[in-house]
Amino acid sequence: MSSRIERTASISRAPVSQRGHVVPVSADPEAIGGTVSVTIDGIEAKVPLGTTILDAARALGLKIPTLCHHPDLEVAGVCRICVVEVEGQRTLQAACAFPITSPIRVQTHTRKVRQARRRILDLMLSKHVGECYTCFRNLNCELQTLAKEYGVDFFRFGHEAARRHQVDDSSYSVRRDMDKCILCRRCVRTCIDLQEVGVLEAVGRSDGTRIATFLDKPLNDVVCINCGQCINRCPTAALGAMDPTDDVWIDINDPKKHVVIQTAPAPRAAIGECFGLPPGTPLTFEMNTAMKTIGFDRVFDTNFTADLTIIEEGTELLLRLHEALVQKKDVALPQFTSCSPGWVKYLEHFYPEMIPNLSTAKSPQQMFGALIKTFYAQKAGIDPASIVACALMPCSAKKYECNRPEMCDSGHKDVDYGLVTRELGQMFHEAGIDLPKMPKGSFDDPFGTATGSGVIFGATGGVMEAAIRTVVELVTGLKIEDVFAHADVLPVRGFDGVRYVELPIPAIGEVPDLLKMNKGLPFSDWKWLEGAVLKVAVCHGTANAKRVVEDIKAGGTFSKCHFIEFMACPGGCLGGGGMPIPTSPEIRAARAKAIYAEDASYEIRKAHENPAVIRLYQEFLTDGPCGEKSHHLLHTHYTPRGKYIA
Amino acid sequence: MSAVKKGLVTFAAAVPEEGLKAALARPRSEVIAEVTASKLRGRGGAGFPTGVKWNLAAAATAPAKWVVCNADEGEPGTFKDRVILAEVPDLVLEGMTIAAWAIGAARGVLYLRGEYAYLRDSLEKVLARRREKGLLGTGILGSPLSFDVEIRMGSGAYVCGEETALIESLEGHRGEPRNRPPFPVDCGYRSEPTIVNNVETFACAAMVLAKGAEWFRGIGTEVSTGPKLFSVSGDCREPGVWEFPLGITIAGLLAAVGGEGAKAVQVGGASGRCVPASEFGRTLAFEGVPTGGSIIVFGPRRDMLHVAENFLEFFVDESCGQCTPCREGNAKLLEGVRMLREGRCSWAYLQELQKLGEVMQLASKCGLGQSSPNAFLSIVEHFRPEIMGRTAGGNA
Repeated sequence: MSSRIERTASISRAPVSQRGHVVPVSADPEAIGGTVSVTIDGIEAKVPLGTTILDAARALGLKIPTLCHHPDLEVAGVCRICVVEVEGQRTLQAACAFPITSPIRVQTHTRKVRQARRRILDLMLSKHVGECYTCFRNLNCELQTLAKEYGVDFFRFGHEAARRHQVDDSSYSVRRDMDKCILCRRCVRTCIDLQEVGVLEAVGRSDGTRIATFLDKPLNDVVCINCGQCINRCPTAALGAMDPTDDVWIDINDPKKHVVIQTAPAPRAAIGECFGLPPGTPLTFEMNTAMKTIGFDRVFDTNFTADLTIIEEGTELLLRLHEALVQKKDVALPQFTSCSPGWVKYLEHFYPEMIPNLSTAKSPQQMFGALIKTFYAQKAGIDPASIVACALMPCSAKKYECNRPEMCDSGHKDVDYGLVTRELGQMFHEAGIDLPKMPKGSFDDPFGTATGSGVIFGATGGVMEAAIRTVVELVTGLKIEDVFAHADVLPVRGFDGVRYVELPIPAIGEVPDLLKMNKGLPFSDWKWLEGAVLKVAVCHGTANAKRVVEDIKAGGTFSKCHFIEFMACPGGCLGGGGMPIPTSPEIRAARAKAIYAEDASYEIRKAHENPAVIRLYQEFLTDGPCGEKSHHLLHTHYTPRGKYIA
Repeated sequence: MSAVKKGLVTFAAAVPEEGLKAALARPRSEVIAEVTASKLRGRGGAGFPTGVKWNLAAAATAPAKWVVCNADEGEPGTFKDRVILAEVPDLVLEGMTIAAWAIGAARGVLYLRGEYAYLRDSLEKVLARRREKGLLGTGILGSPLSFDVEIRMGSGAYVCGEETALIESLEGHRGEPRNRPPFPVDCGYRSEPTIVNNVETFACAAMVLAKGAEWFRGIGTEVSTGPKLFSVSGDCREPGVWEFPLGITIAGLLAAVGGEGAKAVQVGGASGRCVPASEFGRTLAFEGVPTGGSIIVFGPRRDMLHVAENFLEFFVDESCGQCTPCREGNAKLLEGVRMLREGRCSWAYLQELQKLGEVMQLASKCGLGQSSPNAFLSIVEHFRPEIMGRTAGGNA
């Protein structure tokens, strides 16, 4: 059983001036009036009523340039680069914003159209400061591509050389360079509408218009959650991630430093895009070799701590449930996942009163950092002070997370650098590495290659699926394959914004030895869970998260849940703010496919069966899951921030 | 026959509530048919046929519809709506009530220009008085019509006179024009069918219902019917609000207001066209030089480049900044005019600027950007010898 909360136009927070149109369309294209005929560049076609000229042209294989248009966002119709000639209309029309409701004839590249587009481009270029070869978006810039397509060979209306704005590099994650902004407002629509965070808005008028934060405060001092979705949708280099690669190179070249890197699952399915491969080409093991080649001393698999997160977070959930059901204590439920640092900051800002619901378990990245500088340092006999812990992540918020002041439980900064997929791709390019041609290499011990359950953390629903695989087996003693064919927990998969699943506990088994390691466990059997129905939900994108949290506060369906997975980014980590640009629903679906294919290829696909995890508890975290040592190293606390920052 | 006279003439002679009573006595479709037959076109400047607009809104199916009066009179050189609201506010509200009956709306909004805040108290009193008299509220004049009007204030943005930007402003957003289609008659204020009409249009509609379409058609030309108020300013002896039948020639108007010997007339405000003396024989009508009523007379000693600079400064202030051609284009045109004044603009660059102006007309998102280059382009076209060949420091 599943239900979903629909995102409809009526709840969009974008002003109507930056929104699509409400054209009533018959669900049945065969119905009378369900379709309308259109002739574009002489090609006639029938399209569903209300289709935009842009979509109709694309369906016919005709290309119309766009800039402010983005498949994830509402239609704005502001850049005007997509103008076309519509017969009978006095002015040119924006193809992205013109719904076809009557038979029309359209010309997409008449002289008039080309002249207009060229001048619109010239106007944008006149205000766009910078030269392409010093820009991190060089060869991956929509403005640059258009300039080439339209044969811009001189700056008709001049070219701004002097900077007008100061670069805002106050944030650990997102860097804003407004001199490169062409005011397409994709970031505004991303922040206000896709994510419903609302940090960025257009202020000022006319040629003084600019994208600004509240009172022009630095990004670090506003409610930005660092999700970086704006970066992924910026057509130019106006928005980027804070790039630590120079520092990483310095440490790599320092013989006194032991530089290790942990790699999250999502980047593997996407880094090929930096080398011209289609989205969803997995390069996990090629990447391992490449990282060693450019100088990382050890390459670890974040899946290890993803599995550890499942054990810790799952145990925490069972403890909470016992407190609520048996001890009748007032305990915060549903438990919220805490592995998405953007989501954590979102909750700290907008719903600080719900912080008790957040799992205290750290994210896999931070668990790993704490273990590298304790467990690994001990085992390898290396001074933790000389270890540089890098993390390859799909996520711009991870850069901020590793700089949270409380993330020093190892006695050092647990994770030194958060690198994102794009930056590692850049490092490979700089080192002359052709990633797809690299031989395959494995991950380093003592953390080994993990299970499939860690890999699927990269997709929305993955954490929940991994948790279900483990919790069901630990509680029932059954094999998950007997409950869900091939251990694929399909109800929690997919891209619906919110998924709700009820899972009856079919039987109870013995409390497994792994949990019994924790001597403080308040239960010795599962009788109290007999006949229980586990209610879980999955949601991705903070706009959906907002609806779920509001529903919980109002006592709705989701308040009856026991456990909810939240991911700040649409699609989960594979849609993260550090992933290769561009992004679209299709690209994210291709990455998800690669992630689930990798999961299916693993022999071990359950966190609690990961031999390296079991060994860690036996050798290091000897008082078991949620025991004292794990509490010290693997759990954390949160900060109520509120919306008003002094 | 409409008078050629200073001040409000036709409107001042209106019999109170004559039009409203006539409208309420007839079915909605007949009311719209009467307005359509009068060939009344929007008085704000764009000249959209009022009957067509009302018919589209009437045909839209929705639980709620809106009648919005656009009193955001912001076009430079326009001040006739202010006079209407001060002298015959009841006629405007009567027109809005008739429109509500015609399209099936229960609520109306009068969007008042921010600078006209001083009119608000007196307008509120008029509204209160109409409610007392049963001319607003439930069951108006014993009919099934229920309708009321609230006043909402603009905040000084010129672009909010554009109907979709006005609606955005009403909804509490930045005043920025929407994509059209869909048009407000289908999806307007609060995404409900909405008609937005100019102050003078509503007053005319009330007159049409009172005196009949035939009377209205008897004034003006075949295409441009009815009396029209003009806001006359500039180099003439008698500036002010004048009433003329549509179709009067520019020369005829100048003779009446004491503006003979003018070198050019700016028709339609900053977004209108600059008409040189050689074309004073043209008519002020939708088929001639269309106008919302702003007439600015330029005497022989005016510097036309200064005029162009003045208008462009205005647009550089007032562009909403949303779409590229208008946001950046106006600034480039202004820069160009200043180069011309300093004698630094080449022929080639002037041609680039003309082309840019044409692109702005074609590709801007709303009427502001589509019309802001008009004055510049017409001045370049008609006064080329005057504007070229300047030296730094003034005229050549």
